Amino acid sequence: MSLIVSLAAGAQNGVHAIAPSLASADNPIADFSDTPWWLSLIKALLVFVFLLINTLLVIWFERRVIGRMQQRPGPNRTGPFGLLQTLADGLKLAFKEDLTPKNADKVVFLLAPMIAGAMAFISFSIIPMGPVVSMFGHRTPLQLTDTPVAVLLVLAVAGVGVYGIIMAGWSSGSTYPLLGGLRSTAQVISYEIAMGLSLVAVFLYSGSMSTSQIVASQKSLWFIIPAFFSFLVYVVTMVGETNRLPFDLAEGEGELTGGFHTEYSSMKFAMFFLGEYVNMFTVSALATTMFLGGWQAPPGIAAINDGMFNQGWWGLLWFVIKLWSFMFFFVWLRGSLPRVRYDQFMRFGWKFLIPVTLLWVVSVAFIRGAQLAFFGESTRTATVIVVGVISLIALAAAWLWEGQHEAAAVPAERPEEIDPFAGGYPVPPMPGQRLREPSQQAERSLAGSTGHPELSDQEESRG
Amino acid sequence: MSACAEPDLREETDLGLVRLTRVSPYLTVGGVVLTGVFLFVAGMGARRLLAPYAPTAMKLTTYECGVDPVGDGWAQTNVRYFLYAFLYVVFAVDAVYLFPWATVIRSADLGMASLAEMGIFIGVLLVGLAHAARRGLLRWV
Repeated sequence: MSLIVSLAAGAQNGVHAIAPSLASADNPIADFSDTPWWLSLIKALLVFVFLLINTLLVIWFERRVIGRMQQRPGPNRTGPFGLLQTLADGLKLAFKEDLTPKNADKVVFLLAPMIAGAMAFISFSIIPMGPVVSMFGHRTPLQLTDTPVAVLLVLAVAGVGVYGIIMAGWSSGSTYPLLGGLRSTAQVISYEIAMGLSLVAVFLYSGSMSTSQIVASQKSLWFIIPAFFSFLVYVVTMVGETNRLPFDLAEGEGELTGGFHTEYSSMKFAMFFLGEYVNMFTVSALATTMFLGGWQAPPGIAAINDGMFNQGWWGLLWFVIKLWSFMFFFVWLRGSLPRVRYDQFMRFGWKFLIPVTLLWVVSVAFIRGAQLAFFGESTRTATVIVVGVISLIALAAAWLWEGQHEAAAVPAERPEEIDPFAGGYPVPPMPGQRLREPSQQAERSLAGSTGHPELSDQEESRG
Repeated sequence: MSACAEPDLREETDLGLVRLTRVSPYLTVGGVVLTGVFLFVAGMGARRLLAPYAPTAMKLTTYECGVDPVGDGWAQTNVRYFLYAFLYVVFAVDAVYLFPWATVIRSADLGMASLAEMGIFIGVLLVGLAHAARRGLLRWV
């Protein structure tokens, strides 16, 4: 707990350092004045190429890393290290028969994958991937475009992307996709709220919703430190938002087969697949931009040789490294965590993430108010007092909550030793429990069933 | 908050004609949407050229894990999803109010009053959420 207090205090000092660098303009800091329309077009194509190549790579990367985590090789036959596996899978999908079920609503059935596929790319157009570079004789930022409300655009596009899911689920005319689509939609919109709210703290610090401006205001301190709680909430919501494990409830195979895309095949299915992976890149890129300083070099490296590594194409390197760290994080989660239950997932979103993030926004607003001299001229003292009061309230709340839980938690009665086959099917032991000795079981089954020698053999081999 | 200066996107040429030198951000975003749609159309075209098409009645039935489908696909579902959609609208609108405020809080003439007002606004929302939770809307089972 004292860690949080010291973190907050550290954040405090840092925030003082960045306060002067806050520009007074809301407008994007990225300067597109030397970017003719044809260069914008080239950059747009490059964004598509970047995303498609990265998608091809990340699917291979995911399967290889998951393979390693599960102690098996993963795809390693197609091309060097199996690198062409995704390409081969994509080609295979193009050669598959595309079926539209008889019950389906034909138009909506076609529109849904189009929305899911096309919407995924839009958000990347406002992500700053690097500083100003020279391209075909023009000085242009490594960013397709920027608007004063760029982050709002990302959230809006995420909202429109949900239509792809709900339309796919509804138009299939089948029970599993309908249920999967509804579930998935409820999940995505629920976590979208917490995601949007977690970003408010960043806007409070940066004073702008333009992505280039947000990156610029992280010059001396990345927002992951002053807005550390927002970062944690964002990371949870971005996994929920992209339907990834442990939150991939839409495709609980045991319950819903494939979820909303059960009836899709061939290229239409590929569009959903592509959309999902591009969305992973989008949310990771947004996390990089909002919390990890965007394309800026990590502290330390940034100081080398008068900021040499913060110029030109170097920015793209740092951006890609940060982006792929998030990709690894996604894969790591998938390799480590089991799927959560749907009611637990929704309860966590609505009863914990949303109210706590709202309170966090109020706290950050008060901290910002103290820094902006709302409570008097001595901003430093006011800020320390506000941070202290907020930390105390948070501590008290945590203490109360923990006390409540301790009172509520009644240790369940558990026998020391269990017979794993007592109920007719195998049951794993709880932590601390012993399994009954297999030799006893074998004796019992021998004594009980004289006419079934193979059964007792099985019992033996289980032990 | 000063009004955002609309950047001048046009430039006069020697002939006195106005030509577009720089693209408005939203036009660029629109272009990306169109490119995305084009990607989808191209994918569909590739599929049309490459994939076989030989539907049979069995293939076109809905998938229910191998058994014959029972009943209509558009089944009745829990009304709770509808309530979540309502709650979503409430909080999405709330976010729309919070975002602009967050970007202008640095302005000195807002001061304590805006902090208190936002605190009350968020408090009211939290009371609403608590009410929804108390009435069992957020309980899934």
